[in-house]
Amino acid sequence: MIKFLSDEWIKALCQELNQSEAYAQAAKNWEGDFYFIVEPEGEIKEPVIFYVDLWHGKCREAKLVADEKEKEPAFRMSAPLSAWRKVIEKELDPIQGLMTRKLKLEGNMAMIMRNVKAAQELVNCCTHIPTEFPSE
Amino acid sequence: MWFFASPEIVFGEDALSYLSEIEGKRALIVTDDTMVRLGFADRVISHLQEAGIEVQVFAEVEPDPSLETVKRGAQAALAYEPDWIVGLGGGSPMDAAKAIWVLYERPDMEPEEISPIETLGLRQKARLITIPTTSGTGAEATWAIVLTDTEGQRKLVLGSRENVADIAIVDPIFVAELPPQLTADTGMDTLTHAVEGYTCTWHNDFSDNLCLKAIKLIFEYLPRAYEKGDLEAREKMHNAATIAGLGFGNASAALAHSLGHALGAVFHVSHGRAVGLFLPYTIEFSARGSGTRYAEIARFLGLPPSPLEGGQPPSTGARGSEEEEAESLVSAIRGLLKRLGQPSTIAELGISPEEFETEMTKLVENAENDPCTVTSPRIPSTEEFERLFRYAFEGKSVDF
Repeated sequence: MIKFLSDEWIKALCQELNQSEAYAQAAKNWEGDFYFIVEPEGEIKEPVIFYVDLWHGKCREAKLVADEKEKEPAFRMSAPLSAWRKVIEKELDPIQGLMTRKLKLEGNMAMIMRNVKAAQELVNCCTHIPTEFPSE
Repeated sequence: MWFFASPEIVFGEDALSYLSEIEGKRALIVTDDTMVRLGFADRVISHLQEAGIEVQVFAEVEPDPSLETVKRGAQAALAYEPDWIVGLGGGSPMDAAKAIWVLYERPDMEPEEISPIETLGLRQKARLITIPTTSGTGAEATWAIVLTDTEGQRKLVLGSRENVADIAIVDPIFVAELPPQLTADTGMDTLTHAVEGYTCTWHNDFSDNLCLKAIKLIFEYLPRAYEKGDLEAREKMHNAATIAGLGFGNASAALAHSLGHALGAVFHVSHGRAVGLFLPYTIEFSARGSGTRYAEIARFLGLPPSPLEGGQPPSTGARGSEEEEAESLVSAIRGLLKRLGQPSTIAELGISPEEFETEMTKLVENAENDPCTVTSPRIPSTEEFERLFRYAFEGKSVDF
């Protein structure tokens, strides 16, 4: 099992993405890096920030970031742990999460809506990681 | 958490006269030249003038309105400064009106930025009235805006819950003379909305019964509206379109829309004809995952427990398996398509195999990335999308 809020987890996701032919195909036109931000909630006192650089169906870089100012990604998606867990466990469709603002997005939503298949494959890759979630 | 949004709906004979009671100073009617030529715009103008409202008409909306058209409409609105925007026509003028309204209120935005995650802050300058003149799109009651990116040859599904009209006027007078072909095309659009609204993954307790009621009205009245064109049937279909709009607008659509949007953007097939054509194929595909919701529709309609063979009626109270009942629904829809003289294959649309094959990559890519795909009960792989298109081209029942 890999602890969710760790550098190891986001690197495991990067590896999954780079091994996934479905993701490579679906995201072949995608250009844009992300911050996935886990907001403070319960035991989590500080935001946890994952940086992922996604480029034409591949993950070029992924790491846990200590300082939000370290990168200037095109997209920032943030939510509390409970919402991220639901997305990763496929209980919450990320597009529905965005519409109900359970997930907050800064960036070009139109670009996301043009690449829904890539978003879906990205979530599929998350589900392949044996994840240990912290208590909420 | 989810939402149910609806305009105030004024419906039935003489509903249009409600416009004489509204308060305001200036209205911009967003429509097309056909509405002007048929005198429909004049009817609306007359009622608005009775209410003491000045009117300007922007009649430049084309079928499948482009991003450029709505930008021009927004410029017209910014110059005229209306406090009402009135979308008059089929889905294209009403969708254009929604987008023009947003860009008028938010000139800092690009049309492509209109999304559910943005707080638009509408209703600072104007409110929106929608008046459908076809019985199909349900755009009068939904928040979605479908625009066409002409350069990229794809349809963009945009919108925000704030886009829902303040008032929808559903007056059957506008469809009293609707030509049979348009009655059939738009009627199949309504049926697809209702079936997909009921079966998509975002279906919910508030939208379910609206979808079922619309489906029942369509099977009962669409053939009559098409064959006889009597006013009662037309009024029922007009109501069904808005009811289905409320139903799927507060849930979502599904695969027939993904495939229909893709085909329509590349080959310029009318929206209703395209989604209606795909509906039986996508039900066959989706029901192989789970037929429950389709079986429920079949039971609600009182369809035979399995497709009739040799014209034998079912025994009273008999029930089939979920898959058989879903097949029964498919059979009823194919029967309706036939009765309405609608094409049941892509080939019947006059698209040659060569043209079709040339565009296959684009069709699949568009369909895969259509937002309606995400809310489909069974999501096809790339290969399955391609097979769905090919089966629909040839008219083969889906067996995968």
